[in-house]
Amino acid sequence: MIAVLLVGAGGFLGAICRYIVSQRLSRIYGRFPFGTLTVNLLGSFLLGWMIGGEWPESRLLLWGTGFMGAFTTFSTFKLESVNMWTNKAYGKMGLYLGMSYTAGILLAFAGYSLAKIATMR
Amino acid sequence: MTAVAVGFFGMIGALLRYGMDEAIGRWWHGAFPIPTLIVNLLGCFALGWFTARIKARDDIHPYIKTGVSTGMIGSFTTFSAFSVETIQLLEKGAAGLAVLYVLASLLGGVLFVAAGFRSGTSRFGNGGMDP
Repeated sequence: MIAVLLVGAGGFLGAICRYIVSQRLSRIYGRFPFGTLTVNLLGSFLLGWMIGGEWPESRLLLWGTGFMGAFTTFSTFKLESVNMWTNKAYGKMGLYLGMSYTAGILLAFAGYSLAKIATMR
Repeated sequence: MTAVAVGFFGMIGALLRYGMDEAIGRWWHGAFPIPTLIVNLLGCFALGWFTARIKARDDIHPYIKTGVSTGMIGSFTTFSAFSVETIQLLEKGAAGLAVLYVLASLLGGVLFVAAGFRSGTSRFGNGGMDP
């Protein structure tokens, strides 16, 4: 029961933060989905940090499963990619997919490793 | 105000993801992160369908439309868990599974968005990706 409250509260806040970041960034850079890219990369780093730092379960449910899970998104990222394909913006689509996957995995690794190093001390 | 709607629906999306993760995790105990993959692909199909079928309708309030698409489906699917699960597979030395996971997400996501979109346009023919 407490898990539901934690995940729900984290999801509420994470979704709002993603929406605000996306709105701000799409207003500044309209032609490329920098909003989604930013939340996904930032969220990958931070979740890596939490898992690497072996956070306790209740904190992980709130900030990991709830907040970071909702702050980052996979479906919007894919819809934007398919829209680029439909608009024949193949270069842009390749760049978007390449940057999301490469930087997302590298940043998750960076967060994970940094937390492991920090907790070793 | 839209932000609050996104938050409310985002809460539902996050809880649905958590529930599905728990339910799938009950019968799946392998190293491959099946729960996140299923959630992400299902969400891709749902967002494709919603974009084709619902986005262009003006009888549904924008709060609900943005709430369901950006809030609920956006929070149901997740990218951070995907990234972290990939490095965890690599750390375990399961490089093959990591590559399989990335490819299944990369190609599967695109296919499921397209399939959802197609199923959303097929029967009534209203809506479109660029209305």
